[in-house]
Amino acid sequence: MRKYSVFAVAREAMRGHRGWEAQWTSPEPRKEYDVIIIGAGGHGLGTAYYLAKEHGITNIAVLEKGWLGGGNTGRNTTIIRSNYLYDESAGIYDHALKLWDGLSQDLNYNVMYSARGVMMLSHNIHDQQVFKRHIHANRLNGIDNEWLTPEQAKEFCPPLDISRTARYPINGAALQRRGGTARHDAVAWGYARAAADRGVHIIQNCEVTGIRRNPDGSVAGVDTNRGQINAKKVGVVAAGHTSVLMEMAGVRMPLVSYPLQALVSEPIKPIFPCVVMSNTVHAYISQSDKGELVIGAGTDQYSSYSQTGGLQIITHTLDAICELFPIFRRMKMMRSWGGIVDVTPDRSPILAKTPVPGLYVNCGWGTGGFKATPGSANVFAHTIANDAPHKINAPFTLERFRSGRLIDEAAAAAVAH
Amino acid sequence: MLLIYCPYCEEERSELEFRQAGDAHIARPTNMTEMTDEDFEAFFFLRDNVKGLTFERWRHLNGCGRFFNAARDTVSDKFLTTYKAGLPRPDLSTLRPATEAIVETYEATESDAK
Repeated sequence: MRKYSVFAVAREAMRGHRGWEAQWTSPEPRKEYDVIIIGAGGHGLGTAYYLAKEHGITNIAVLEKGWLGGGNTGRNTTIIRSNYLYDESAGIYDHALKLWDGLSQDLNYNVMYSARGVMMLSHNIHDQQVFKRHIHANRLNGIDNEWLTPEQAKEFCPPLDISRTARYPINGAALQRRGGTARHDAVAWGYARAAADRGVHIIQNCEVTGIRRNPDGSVAGVDTNRGQINAKKVGVVAAGHTSVLMEMAGVRMPLVSYPLQALVSEPIKPIFPCVVMSNTVHAYISQSDKGELVIGAGTDQYSSYSQTGGLQIITHTLDAICELFPIFRRMKMMRSWGGIVDVTPDRSPILAKTPVPGLYVNCGWGTGGFKATPGSANVFAHTIANDAPHKINAPFTLERFRSGRLIDEAAAAAVAH
Repeated sequence: MLLIYCPYCEEERSELEFRQAGDAHIARPTNMTEMTDEDFEAFFFLRDNVKGLTFERWRHLNGCGRFFNAARDTVSDKFLTTYKAGLPRPDLSTLRPATEAIVETYEATESDAK
């Protein structure tokens, strides 16, 4: 792989940009690999990358039924933060946040991580109590999070309406300054390029149709629309379609798949300096480097695999955005889209071994998986390589729904997140 | 937005009046204190999360308020039929399969693009 640098740009500028090579190759699948990862999103490609980089396993195939990064990795609002309530969640999300910090250098690919600050608005006394509890819990875990008065919130985000007559009045905000955004496509591409450079095969348009088992029950490989591929270890990283894949191995999952929508406005000049979230009125907003306002809505209330969503859901979100930021009332929305998110009963992910030897699953990220991409991939690679979880993902088992040891971020945040 | 036929009101109404209420035809155990952890997990937490035809409960929350059952395709979101709670699963062979309908979703239009 030719390294990207200012010198490479200068060299290519001199010769008409004819020397850039493909970022990753598209090889024919081999008959057998050491590890197969199902799903070439950020989490799956990252898992392959860390397996190759940190565990010396390079005979890996990443199988993708569509195109690379075309699922939820390319369908989210790119928000990154780690201010979760419980110790287990704080551990995994902050592990991710620390990796985000050096990811562009690590991958030699600009993922445009921008720690511009994530501000969560408090609208009533209950929000205030919950957020202050979060702030104290976060600080005990060494995670930055601070309380802002409405005036300080306005100073941090000037378009915000903090007047007392506002439809959704604001009595404060919680701010995580290390939070921010990154470019989602670049995350998938960067991991793909770095993994392919270490010998990982990325095979697109390859749909898994079955999971093969040995007579002793362990994993033998997968059936795909491009033939049978053998492997002793298979990692399922398929977000909304996890239940479908795990059913092929006879494992029922504690997951329900919902459509989650996002939308972008027409591009405008830089006006919005940070990320603002409101759990109470359910709206997320930031501005991309292209100038579009990136707006996230809630999930539809019924389960579906349709990758669209109800118009009333995004209308409701835009109502809230227009009340919080009256300056945006006349803006036009350019595009909206939906992704299928897999939601667990406690709204915490599952990164674990399964009852099937050699089968591993990384799922249940619900509506907030993008922020965790590097951390999730990193500890999932550890889990596959060692056939045992890393201490960070050890609590995120599949068995917790049997033992009752839930990580109940659902109750902590009161919304899907 | 979906239009859903409430079998009690005998009327097709907007999705906004309804709320999905999980899988249908699940018998609530009567011996919860004696169940094993495995059985309780299977009843309480595990879901089939079907891609395709599924039977589920809906509630006409902002209408008559009653629960009823529905057969729906989770890829096209098309309702095949709705029926009153307590009735057995309907014979779907008499209904037009949802997959015959034109489905303009990503799944149908783009997923096999080469």
